[in-house]
Amino acid sequence: MSAARASAARAASAARAGPVTPGPAANDVVTTGFFRARGRRMSKPAIVGLMLPFFSLLVFAFLYPLMSLIAISLTEPQPGLANYARVFENPVYATVLLRTLRIALLVSLLSLILAFPVAALMARSKGPKLALITACILLPFWSSVLVRTAAWAVLLQRNGLVNGLLTGLGVTDAPVKLLYTQGAVVVAMTHVLMPFMVLPIYGALRNIPTDLARAAAICGAGPARAFREVTLPLALPGVTGGFILVFLSALGYFITPSLLGSPQEMMIATLISQQIRESLDWPFAAALVGVLTLFVTGITLAFGRLFRFDRLMGARA
Amino acid sequence: MRPRGLLLDAAVAAILAFVLVPILIVLPMAFSETTYLAFPPKGFTTGWFAEFFDDRRWMAALRFSLEIAAATALLATLVGTMASYALLRGAGAIGTAFRALLVGPIVVPHIALAVALYLFFQRTGLGGTRLGYVLAHAVIAMPFVVLTVTAALASVDPGLEDAAMICGASRFAAFRLVTLPLILPNVVSGALFAFIISFDEPVVAFFLAGIRDKTLPRMMFDDIEQNLTPVIPAIAVMLTGLSVAVLVSAALLRRLGRTKAAPAGE
Repeated sequence: MSAARASAARAASAARAGPVTPGPAANDVVTTGFFRARGRRMSKPAIVGLMLPFFSLLVFAFLYPLMSLIAISLTEPQPGLANYARVFENPVYATVLLRTLRIALLVSLLSLILAFPVAALMARSKGPKLALITACILLPFWSSVLVRTAAWAVLLQRNGLVNGLLTGLGVTDAPVKLLYTQGAVVVAMTHVLMPFMVLPIYGALRNIPTDLARAAAICGAGPARAFREVTLPLALPGVTGGFILVFLSALGYFITPSLLGSPQEMMIATLISQQIRESLDWPFAAALVGVLTLFVTGITLAFGRLFRFDRLMGARA
Repeated sequence: MRPRGLLLDAAVAAILAFVLVPILIVLPMAFSETTYLAFPPKGFTTGWFAEFFDDRRWMAALRFSLEIAAATALLATLVGTMASYALLRGAGAIGTAFRALLVGPIVVPHIALAVALYLFFQRTGLGGTRLGYVLAHAVIAMPFVVLTVTAALASVDPGLEDAAMICGASRFAAFRLVTLPLILPNVVSGALFAFIISFDEPVVAFFLAGIRDKTLPRMMFDDIEQNLTPVIPAIAVMLTGLSVAVLVSAALLRRLGRTKAAPAGE
């Protein structure tokens, strides 16, 4: 979720950053990518002083709490991996893990299918049309997740609009159960997360020179072949970045599955919440958090290059 | 236009409808006279807005959320701007640690952060306090502030600051008098983002909530889970209005920032 918003913020500011003007070369420290140091360097103590609040905040309210929670999963009730063994060996919990993976993958795939055409049209549009599409994508982006989840709760309820349509059109005789099903979770999560896939793909597509498609055509490639062999490989970093972004967000999603899903078919975030609020089993909940965090961190490290801000956020492909 | 282009237009129109229609259907329900959520809405009343503003619990949640969001915006913007500036003036090896820590709150699921902070705050006495919420939300909002501010800093000609310092200004004076005015629109838009992120944040607030103090998203969660009255669409109307206002002001600020920060002759 937040990752996705980062991409929005970045994409929104991409235009503003404009062409990078070269700074004075003498004392420039050129680091790669977006956070390139520019201008006269400051002294070490000044830099440390300015960064200290940032590091204090992130260590105090992010790193340390997370590490101590994972420490609990490894030390309580006895030191060892017993809590983790329980996560993977108990069929109930293993099923939750697999279901979470499956739903997250499905949501990412659906998002990709929906996001790609939007991004493609954005990349070839200009002026008011581009502004209109961007607004349509950005508005839900910055509107509350709760509002959007509530919208689906309303649409899918027993006497809701979707059931009204289904019975009205004669597809079903009586209202069917739509709310509190996996289908509801998948549809609503796709709705919430899809816009987050659009911007990274758009960022990649926009940076492909139009000359390349023309060159492919001159060389005799049909539109399909030009797309497959020229556009797609060049857009791949953006597509992969967006896909992973949505996939990671979906893995840990809490609000939508908790409100629209069935209690019998939980995803991992809802299970964590249940372990803490109902079973009060902290060590086990900590192990679930550990599994989720390690998995997500692993994917991030594996695809680390795609997570460079300048790549992901659509600044340049 | 070629038929393929039309096909793409049609597909995108359908996809955008999928994105927008659920939200557009819910908003009018705020004005329905029924006590349940009806579409199309029956009659017209602004009673559900009155219900929201007359209810002590909703009002307390609104005030609580506004306080936390304002403090979060202030903290995240101050800390984030300081760090961004240091980063772009040569942080070297610290910069690597900075980038790693910055990506942390983006990729680690909020549920993990929420649970970790819940336990940590219980143990340190920050549980249920405003400070606890503000620290948590500042961690979540920080990356957005840094992204917005570094983008602005990168487009300011560093020569301007050098010139000020050669003329005898201290580093701080050069920043305050030369660089800050140029990046101010983006700093403010970063603060707006931080505000709305905190104001909308449902997951951490869900776990940190005490019995007494609840944020607006937490109250909405409870209402959606339990009875789903037209108060929710009424709040949705107001929240969507707020989102639009923030987006539009951020866009205007960016435009202002672009004209301000653009090097001469561009």
